[in-house]
Amino acid sequence: MIVARPKSFEDIKRYVGNRKKVAIVGCGGCVTVRPVGGQKQVQELAALLRLWAKKEALTRGSQPLTIEEETILRQCEPEFINSLEGRFKDCEAIISLACGVGVQCLADKFPELEVFPGVDAVFMGATIEPGLYWERCVGCGNCIIGETGGLCPVSRCAKSLLNGPCGGSLGGHCEVSPETPCVWQLIYERMEQRGNLGALDRIMPIKDWSVRPGRLVLEHLRVEKKES
Amino acid sequence: MDEEKTAKPSAEVQETSRLKSGSNLERLLKEGKFVVTAELGPPRGAARETVERKANILRGYADAFNITDCQTSVVRMSSIASGVILLEMGLEPVIQMTCRDRNRIGLQSDLLGAAALGMKNLLCLTGDHPKFGDHPGAKPVFDLDSIQLLSVVKAMRDEKRLQSGTKIEVEPRFFLGAAENPFADPFAFRARRLAKKIEAGAEFIQTQIVYNVERFAQWMTAVRAMGLHKKAFILAGVTPLKSLGMARYMKNNVPGLEVPDEIIARMEKKKSKTEGIDICLEIIEKLRKIEGVAGIHIMAVEWEEVVPQLVERASLLPRPTPSISAVPTC
Repeated sequence: MIVARPKSFEDIKRYVGNRKKVAIVGCGGCVTVRPVGGQKQVQELAALLRLWAKKEALTRGSQPLTIEEETILRQCEPEFINSLEGRFKDCEAIISLACGVGVQCLADKFPELEVFPGVDAVFMGATIEPGLYWERCVGCGNCIIGETGGLCPVSRCAKSLLNGPCGGSLGGHCEVSPETPCVWQLIYERMEQRGNLGALDRIMPIKDWSVRPGRLVLEHLRVEKKES
Repeated sequence: MDEEKTAKPSAEVQETSRLKSGSNLERLLKEGKFVVTAELGPPRGAARETVERKANILRGYADAFNITDCQTSVVRMSSIASGVILLEMGLEPVIQMTCRDRNRIGLQSDLLGAAALGMKNLLCLTGDHPKFGDHPGAKPVFDLDSIQLLSVVKAMRDEKRLQSGTKIEVEPRFFLGAAENPFADPFAFRARRLAKKIEAGAEFIQTQIVYNVERFAQWMTAVRAMGLHKKAFILAGVTPLKSLGMARYMKNNVPGLEVPDEIIARMEKKKSKTEGIDICLEIIEKLRKIEGVAGIHIMAVEWEEVVPQLVERASLLPRPTPSISAVPTC
């Protein structure tokens, strides 16, 4: 699941500026599970913006603010995006509460409108309990988890180290952020449990980073090419 | 210098000294001399004079001089550029190169340049995370890690090829070094990780600062058990404490650095620089007695002035001149 966090209200206010009418579009996918971009958050954000617009009527040049609210099942699927056909005609901007994928699908559908992200997508994670998500994957496109005990050092080590913990692994924690467990400590412990510490003596070869963040060919173009 | 060129090494020395770089540091270590290296931190600015001033203080008190590569992720004059100043002054630099700011293209390019400029010693490091420095929002690179960097440079030198496989005509001849922190976790993995660095190409090791000699000795026991002290020269890191504040800072703020309470207590009692120097001398004395320690690496952070008296009082003067020829034999 894609985990996102809301942008600050300061950012949102800046997006709205002196505009008279904007739309806020939520997404029923990942951002509803981690509730930052679902129907309820659309309502809340709209309410906050209306209050702000009223209070700041003078600084906004006495512009009233109208907000159109909408939430679709998933912003990352063109079929659902297409259901918005003909909407937002007199809006000047759209704030999308979906991840970056959803924001771009929406922007493609409404190229004449400014589309702003209302959340920051931060990682692909596992849902542990409401409000708690484990960061687990950055979609690097070259998975090596099979050699690191089922734990990913690319997404979970601050330096994405492939050959063991750096000199800043202390008491099981990362020097960069003491709350973060050192993934190499975890890998070490798991390998020790499995009686396979020898696997960590192998020098991990240099990684091919050309998929991400290199992006030689966007993955969808690669697939399209194969199909044609 | 003339004497050096004509000196004929014995057959035994020749056998054990297949020189990779012919650097002063490499020759002394391979002759079995107890070496001293000292760190020189480049300035935060373009002042050539600062490098010269520090180099003049250190001249004659160490066999080679490590130039840090934007240590703790703070922008400073580049290691290679500072190294050129040292070379011009007749001092031998150890270039430090981190994977934090350059990808494999930048690393290889800079190292080819460093070799062309006459640098012979290279310390390969992963590097601190940018979070700790003066530009915490910088995009960290870490395309390679220190172990992979070692293997890349070794292949450039020994196989005359770049990481891509492309052949090069003139190889960079570096004496390759790595760092290791004997105090970080998991402790049991630290000697194994050193083995990986040596397998990747490290010929000398400079360790994290040692204050807890007992723990360091434990690590050295594991190192010797694996025979690693015979595969690479291990230089133990030391830093004299300037003040009680510094001792506390080292203990509480520097990750992976262990300062025993006993040392804090001593600094509290005397509250003087001389106590810090005395402690450092005692540590050096203990380190020299540990089997497999081939030298010391003095990191007197922004306190280069203390190095001469440390080296002198540790009876490590005069620094030796290598007897074997500087021509690489590999």
